[in-house]
Amino acid sequence: MSDASTSMSDASTAGPMLAADGTPLKRSLRKALRREKMRALMLIAPLLFFILLTFIAPIADMLFRSVENQIVSNTLPRTVIALDDWDGQEEPGEKVYQALYFDLFVAAEAKEHTKLGTRLNYEETGISSLFRTTGRRSDDIGEAYQDVFEDVDPRFKEAGFWYDMMTAGGGEPDTALMSERLGTMNRLIADLASGDIGFAPAAEISALLPKTAEAYTDFAIFTALADGDVVAEEDPWEAVYAALGVDLANAETRDAVQVYEGPGADALRAAAAAADQLPAGGFKSAFLDVDEDWASQGVWETIKTYSASYTPGYFLNSVDLELSADGISPRDEDQQIYILLFKRTIFMSLTIMFSCILLGYPIAWLLANLPVRTSNLLLILVLLPFWTSLLVRTSAWKVLLQQQGVINDILVWSGIVDDANRLVMINNQFGTIVAMTHILLPFMILPLYSVMQTIPPSYLRAAKSLGATNWTAFWRVYFPQSVPGIGAGSILVFILSIGYYITPELVGGTTGTFISNRIAYHISSSLNWGLAAALGSILLAAVLILYWAYDKIVGIDNVKLG
Amino acid sequence: MSSIDLPSTPKPSLTRFVLPIVTGAGALFGLLTGSAMDSPSPGLVIGAVVGAALAYALVSFMPSRRAGRWAAVALFAVIGLLVGGLPGIVAGAAIGGVMGWITYWLSTGDYRNTVPIYYTAPQVLWHNTYLFICGLIFFFLIAPIVTILPLSFNAEMFFTFTPKMLALDPEGYSLRHYRDFFSNPDWQQALANSVKIAPLATLLSVSFGTLAAIGLSQEHVPFRRPIMAILISPMIVPLIISAAGMYFFYSRIGLQGTYWGVVLAHAALGIPFVIITVTATLVGFDRSLTRAAANMGADPVTTFFRIQMPLILPGVISGGLFAFITSFDEVVVVLFVGSAGQKTLPWQMFTGLREQISPTILAVAAILVAISICLLTVVEMLRRRSERLRGMSPA
Repeated sequence: MSDASTSMSDASTAGPMLAADGTPLKRSLRKALRREKMRALMLIAPLLFFILLTFIAPIADMLFRSVENQIVSNTLPRTVIALDDWDGQEEPGEKVYQALYFDLFVAAEAKEHTKLGTRLNYEETGISSLFRTTGRRSDDIGEAYQDVFEDVDPRFKEAGFWYDMMTAGGGEPDTALMSERLGTMNRLIADLASGDIGFAPAAEISALLPKTAEAYTDFAIFTALADGDVVAEEDPWEAVYAALGVDLANAETRDAVQVYEGPGADALRAAAAAADQLPAGGFKSAFLDVDEDWASQGVWETIKTYSASYTPGYFLNSVDLELSADGISPRDEDQQIYILLFKRTIFMSLTIMFSCILLGYPIAWLLANLPVRTSNLLLILVLLPFWTSLLVRTSAWKVLLQQQGVINDILVWSGIVDDANRLVMINNQFGTIVAMTHILLPFMILPLYSVMQTIPPSYLRAAKSLGATNWTAFWRVYFPQSVPGIGAGSILVFILSIGYYITPELVGGTTGTFISNRIAYHISSSLNWGLAAALGSILLAAVLILYWAYDKIVGIDNVKLG
Repeated sequence: MSSIDLPSTPKPSLTRFVLPIVTGAGALFGLLTGSAMDSPSPGLVIGAVVGAALAYALVSFMPSRRAGRWAAVALFAVIGLLVGGLPGIVAGAAIGGVMGWITYWLSTGDYRNTVPIYYTAPQVLWHNTYLFICGLIFFFLIAPIVTILPLSFNAEMFFTFTPKMLALDPEGYSLRHYRDFFSNPDWQQALANSVKIAPLATLLSVSFGTLAAIGLSQEHVPFRRPIMAILISPMIVPLIISAAGMYFFYSRIGLQGTYWGVVLAHAALGIPFVIITVTATLVGFDRSLTRAAANMGADPVTTFFRIQMPLILPGVISGGLFAFITSFDEVVVVLFVGSAGQKTLPWQMFTGLREQISPTILAVAAILVAISICLLTVVEMLRRRSERLRGMSPA
């Protein structure tokens, strides 16, 4: 206690002011402030974490998906590398077809090739069926090699013989090859199990027969991890025979086989001697036999163009452009719909916004200028639709607007419209605009009303007493003061309407739908998630810009409900 | 009524003002009735004559407004009965009510009641036209919702009024769509799912949201604006985008198509509403109360539950109601994040509307309207109570 009192007296004479516990007052205050800030953050943290996980992460995921394109390089890793050297002038060389064969074989075993086909089909129609047929017949190509080798030595039919040959009877394993193939396979198959493969390629054999070792390792990984079988008991893929054929086609390899001493060396020597019996023409002619589209420049250009892991392709598609070998070009006429949809979305949102201003302004004025008791009563008429389920209001409009609906019935009954020519008011733009104006009108009235409440009525009277006509008084005095309300309401209505999905879906037909309906279509029907994500990102960007403007005009803190 | 009789408003002339207008109104109603019976021109003439006669009779012989209006209602109801039977009575009574009201409104000078004394005739006309337009807009707001209420009692499988309903025949009305709603397993399953999802989502958003709102309303909050922007974002981002993102992300982490996935998604959507209402309540919260409590030895938890919570409770409850209605009405996100096992009421309505098989939807809609009226009442009462507690005048 005495310490504190002395320090207090010290502070009054010289040195920094001290708090009760002897620390300088400044530091003590800063500490208190920091503690207060920490407490506030601790209170906010759980929610922030919750929102980040349940909401921000999904949005980030969507943004990521709009540029992500790893499927090509994951499914056809070797082809993508081989295509790097292709100049795009003429058909690719044998090397590319060979890489494609081994990639496609693995992909077909894993049933991933159809997904890739679907993906590339968005860019070039026809690729999907090309991949499907080729995947179905990828066994045939390898079988041509398999037959030759099995004729040379029947032991090539045996699973155990292959296993011994590839492990070189337990020689030193090539772990680099194993881990590289395992990585590739994991990228190809998203939910590949992990565990013991029970196989490792011998370093000796992978040096002697690189392709064969690679193909057999793929086979071993797939057999053990995807199928859950024992590698040594399963007959190898046809692709492994094809790989052996590729290896033995090399003269140096044939020479090296002559001096090789490991298990199955005699069979390999016999196979090397029979190398001239292997299918001539290689993989290129085999692929062209399956489908001559494999010679098409367009297919290869598409694969090469979309081989990067990240692509602006989806964004280009969402503005009716596409990425082609020669850069960016417009899409085919019949596929150009997105610019039209964006324009329509903006046009209809603007129409809805202006209808809301037109209908909302008189109501807000009336509410703001009536006695509180009356205006509260009338406000309920605005709040009731606001609180009523969106689907209830949409179904009400469906009931009212359809051709056998209430409005048409009344018009026919009163003789204004002939029974034969009932008005078409639904499943078109008119239906969407009317229903959405009704649904969004409260969002215009409420901000307008709260702004108008703050405008003193005496201003108008003052203007009139100074000789203004009713119109001048309104236009020059009242209206400018209500502009913030119009701004707030308009942005709110516009933001809400450009992202609307349910109402256009139900009453919009084909001409009254928005971009959001197209997004939903791509998510649930066409399964082109990348394009859906890109369209969504563009829409999100537009909304965020408007949100920013809203924040500038109104401030997020000033958003009021009800 | 008013003790001061204003001398400057002369009684409107019968022949030059009241009579022509009422005649016009009568002609209009006559035209409508006439065209409904395929004879517009006679209808117009008869209507005009009846209107003129009514106006003259009421103004000259019926000084008592109440009696005169009832007389007009009765007269037109009888005419309606003669012309169109039972529904004619209703339509006739309505027309009679309007005609009687117009006549007295004009003849007593009531039409000038809502405008300043110095208004010129065109200005009065404009003002009343303006009120009429406002009436039409209110009609536009309310009529669609009101229309589906009688339609939900339709005895047929139609989405419009049947002739029997228009004839006010009791056989045209039934509770079959309500019975269908309460007996059809699809609808019951959907109702059960909605009831299972919404309260939990509300609980999550209210508990997290209230804590965060208290944190946000402290005096010193670092990064207040960006945090606020993030917390409000689920309300701003269009639902279809939230739904797409959640669909992608939740299927990555195995939440897509699960009950918890839908609950978490709905909780996220409800949070902005809780934040906004609770922070708005906290603006008027007197911070010295918590200091006083702390001064008297209450620990923070006690202070929160005994002092702060009771005062901000109205805001918390109305935020909770907003969150509840958000989840209860939500279709887009559940459509993507949920699977058939989480089919909620709005989802079932959405598919029902798309297929348009059964007017059961209208019965459901009517029930939902009733629910929203209840919720609206509660929220309004809470808002007023909260304003009273904070010493603000009820607005």
